[in-house]
Amino acid sequence: MTPLKEIIKTLNLEAVSSAGLGDPSVVGGYAADLLSCAMKGAKKDYVWVTLQSHLNVVAVASLLNLAGVIITEGNRPDQETIARAEKEGVILLVTPKTTYTVVGELTLMGVRGEV
Amino acid sequence: MAQVLKFTKIQELIYELPIERVMKKGVIRVSPETSMTELKEVLRVNRISGVPVLDGDQLVGVISIEDLIKALVEGDVQAPVRKRMTTRMITVRENESVVEAVKKFAQYKVGRLLVVNEQGQLKGILTGGDITRGLLEAISLDYHAEEISRYRAKHIFEDIASDQTSLILRYKVKTKDFKQGGNASSKIKRALDRLGGVPEVIRRVAISVYEAEMNLIIHADEGGELIAEMQPEVIRIMAIDQGPGIPDVEQAMSPGFSTAPNWIRELGFGAGMGLMNIKKCADSMKLESAVGVGTQLEIVIYLRPESREEQNHEKEKDSEPS
Repeated sequence: MTPLKEIIKTLNLEAVSSAGLGDPSVVGGYAADLLSCAMKGAKKDYVWVTLQSHLNVVAVASLLNLAGVIITEGNRPDQETIARAEKEGVILLVTPKTTYTVVGELTLMGVRGEV
Repeated sequence: MAQVLKFTKIQELIYELPIERVMKKGVIRVSPETSMTELKEVLRVNRISGVPVLDGDQLVGVISIEDLIKALVEGDVQAPVRKRMTTRMITVRENESVVEAVKKFAQYKVGRLLVVNEQGQLKGILTGGDITRGLLEAISLDYHAEEISRYRAKHIFEDIASDQTSLILRYKVKTKDFKQGGNASSKIKRALDRLGGVPEVIRRVAISVYEAEMNLIIHADEGGELIAEMQPEVIRIMAIDQGPGIPDVEQAMSPGFSTAPNWIRELGFGAGMGLMNIKKCADSMKLESAVGVGTQLEIVIYLRPESREEQNHEKEKDSEPS
């Protein structure tokens, strides 16, 4: 288990929502831009890496009780999405890095996906 | 960097709680004619470090242990409080929010604030400790409120007796309304959580309802309806729409098949995995559709692992050749 705070620090991520909500422990990771795939592959307390930054990302993250969502390649959620994330207690993190790089760095930190 | 306002629960409460909810009422007070010797006893007996001075109803000053020490040093202990009190009073209104008090504590570096009403009459006293205590109580009240909701919901099936009790939740889902996408699913998830559902089962319900909800948003001409019928042992979810209908149900069920237009795919939908996801999560699933009429999807999920096994067992028995 890796504290989300440590991931935020090591990967230099910017928290855009719900950052004040304690420090969940991340038990694994999943990457995809298709929401149905995330629905299937991401689990509770996983961190989800995606290019998507729209409102439905929050819905998926909240339904699955994810530890956080890392939105890559400089995509930024709009105010409405951020407001919804605040309401649902979903931690959204943004980075200019690519999904590939983020997943690589997460793996180095010991955050693994399912085999 | 985008400047985003972040509110924690504490911050929210600081803005919401009125001072009167956290202040100490029934304030110990002295009159302007009380002597400094008497004041010493008031402070000692009540273990406090200062008191407001009131002339009848009127707040006229404050006197603290510091003023008392000065009077002792100067041998002026017989003097009335009126002579040695401070008339510079830092007050807050009882109906202001706690944040106003926090600001004044920071601004004036005082240990206590006098709380007054609109007419300037003293209603209470407020210290930093009172604020902390008030916030803690408010937080635990919020927590209890959720606990109570949970408790009540959990017992609803026991409290309301019938041969078969079910709770029906209906949600209208509008076509192409991606902004509301997932709303019905999160409400159903929350309801199940309050009813005391098993997390693993709630997860399967949440995933299948979400996929069904998004299907209505993406595909249904006029939107549709999501109906969740909850019974103690089972949840039955229906997603119903009035068209366009699926020409080939079998094809629609095959993994990766999608009719979503590009703009929807760009949002991350249209993986062609939605119905597959539902099938995997559900204990049983039935999809019926007719072009020009509509589609009806039924999902059944057993809420307790035991009842799921029982059902499977029944099925096995049924399928056994007789």
